[in-house]
Amino acid sequence: MMKWLKANWFYVVVLVAALVLPLVITNRYYSQVITMSLLFAIGALSLNLILGFTGQASLAHGGFFAIGAYGVAILTYTLGWNFWLALPVSALLSGLIGFLVGLPALRTRGAYFAITTLCLSEIIYLVAGNWMELTGGHNGIVGIPVPSPISIPGLGQLKFDSQISQYYLVLFFLLFTLFVMYRLTKSLRGMTFLATAINEDLSEAVGINIFRTKLLSFVVSNFFVGLAGGIYASLIGSISPSVASVAMTFNFLMYVLLGGITTLAGPIIGAFIIPVLLEYLQFLQDYQMILFGFLLIIVIVYFPSGFMGLYKNLSEKIKKSKVGA
Amino acid sequence: MEAEYQVASFGDGVFMELFLQQVFNGIMLGSTYAIVALGLTMVYGILHVPNFAHGHMYMLGAYVCFFLMTIFGFAYWPALAASAIVLAVAGIILEVLVFKPVRNAGGITPFIAALGALIILENAVVVLWGPEGHRIPNPYPGIIDVFGITMSTQRLLVIGGAFLMILLLQLFIKKTTLGSTIEAVAQNKEGATLVGINVNFVSALTFAISTALAAVAACMVAPIFMISPSMGSLVGMKAFVIVILGGMGSIPGAIVGGIILGLIEAIGGGYFSAAYKDVFGFGALVLILAIKPTGLFGKEIKGR
Repeated sequence: MMKWLKANWFYVVVLVAALVLPLVITNRYYSQVITMSLLFAIGALSLNLILGFTGQASLAHGGFFAIGAYGVAILTYTLGWNFWLALPVSALLSGLIGFLVGLPALRTRGAYFAITTLCLSEIIYLVAGNWMELTGGHNGIVGIPVPSPISIPGLGQLKFDSQISQYYLVLFFLLFTLFVMYRLTKSLRGMTFLATAINEDLSEAVGINIFRTKLLSFVVSNFFVGLAGGIYASLIGSISPSVASVAMTFNFLMYVLLGGITTLAGPIIGAFIIPVLLEYLQFLQDYQMILFGFLLIIVIVYFPSGFMGLYKNLSEKIKKSKVGA
Repeated sequence: MEAEYQVASFGDGVFMELFLQQVFNGIMLGSTYAIVALGLTMVYGILHVPNFAHGHMYMLGAYVCFFLMTIFGFAYWPALAASAIVLAVAGIILEVLVFKPVRNAGGITPFIAALGALIILENAVVVLWGPEGHRIPNPYPGIIDVFGITMSTQRLLVIGGAFLMILLLQLFIKKTTLGSTIEAVAQNKEGATLVGINVNFVSALTFAISTALAAVAACMVAPIFMISPSMGSLVGMKAFVIVILGGMGSIPGAIVGGIILGLIEAIGGGYFSAAYKDVFGFGALVLILAIKPTGLFGKEIKGR
């Protein structure tokens, strides 16, 4: 136990910090920003699975986020379902559509796959904006209920109408996503993902069915981003087609790349740091996005492994200098 | 671009006319798509870089034209020519600052860099000139009636101009020494370097031609449609669809693909639903790729 604690003390500290954070931060606005960061971290982690670990640049991530969000919105608001039934159904729906679309789309490679998914994202956006009866068109859906309370025998009810409870709800799902991603990427299956990312032809030559590998990664990735979208719809209370826009995909992409692609911590760090940074850069207003464009180019050119790569390099240098001394 | 289609609904007599009208609109749209896609496919052929920012260069071309005409009082044609030159320079800057540093990186790196560039371009235009749409005054508002089809002069001009540009480009590549260096680099970069072709120069030249073409296309259709900072992303995406339909790096493929997409949109938009017209085009792409993953005329691409 002590040995385990010694090896993993850092993660324990982070977890404890995450658990006490809402007790420290009482400002409603910042609390909201942080909850959203955790939520987007789920999306970023899932994008990282297909983009980083499997090497397929899916640009429909915002679209699948929207499928989850509209799923929960329609099921709970329009049809009056319980949130806890609507959420898994929406996430599964996102995964299922990912499967159906992945069948043709994943036959393409590299830039072709990126464009195909970008087109798919545009189709989802157009449908969300024009299918009045189902999605409410460009006005979207307003008045989506917060997650329904859970009754625990003997303890009473868990309600999700306060900010703190919503924070813990999102944190729970983030940890769940992280756990699945950890088990998946560290497993033998995860190795086939990485092999596909590094060299598709070689992977195929050693007997990996790269199509099935990519499809599995794509479906799991879309399941989790659909989950994030569903929670988003319920916590924000209203959605419009803008959740399906390319800008949403770009946000996820930025979190993954700036945080550190193909690492588990990177996307979470990215999803956490960038919105906070944006808060501090509010005074820049419209120039904000221009700055981010430059940042994206500089990072991809000079620090392609993002913040985590930078951290690794630094810690290695420190180790070396210690050995030298 | 806004939809400007009439929905066919009445009578047998007008049926054929309406159909021809949609075909005409489709060819007009398709020929502009074709020149935008041409630039994209050339750049891909040389650098193997999917230039995601291409649609935004098109948008920038329309804005340069608009401001030259409204603020500096340029006439239409000089504004069009000046816009092409400005965009050629902008294309070289884009190549040197964004694509050259990642030329040997491979994988998803180049198009992430391109995404950065398009975010900068779109937001810079929003900051400088506002998010609202503008309209370039139509230099040829006249209408010609041919066999019952109404053709506005500007639309005819777009088709004629597009085919002229395609012809000139073909002549340049096939008949001049400078042009054939582009083809040489596309075929074999190492070989071209060996015989003394400056690959850096050819890359810059290709980018300049590609973005200048986009600017010409933008200036020609700008009097018909509104211009806005977001106009680029959709056109850029369509150009990509065309390039994939026609096969990356294939010039005839881009022309045929452009016309096909224009027709799909005009007929789908005219007969089924104007709101979903883009869905038809993008849906066609997904369908074609499902059957043939490398595009209609595409060659097998190996590895990554």
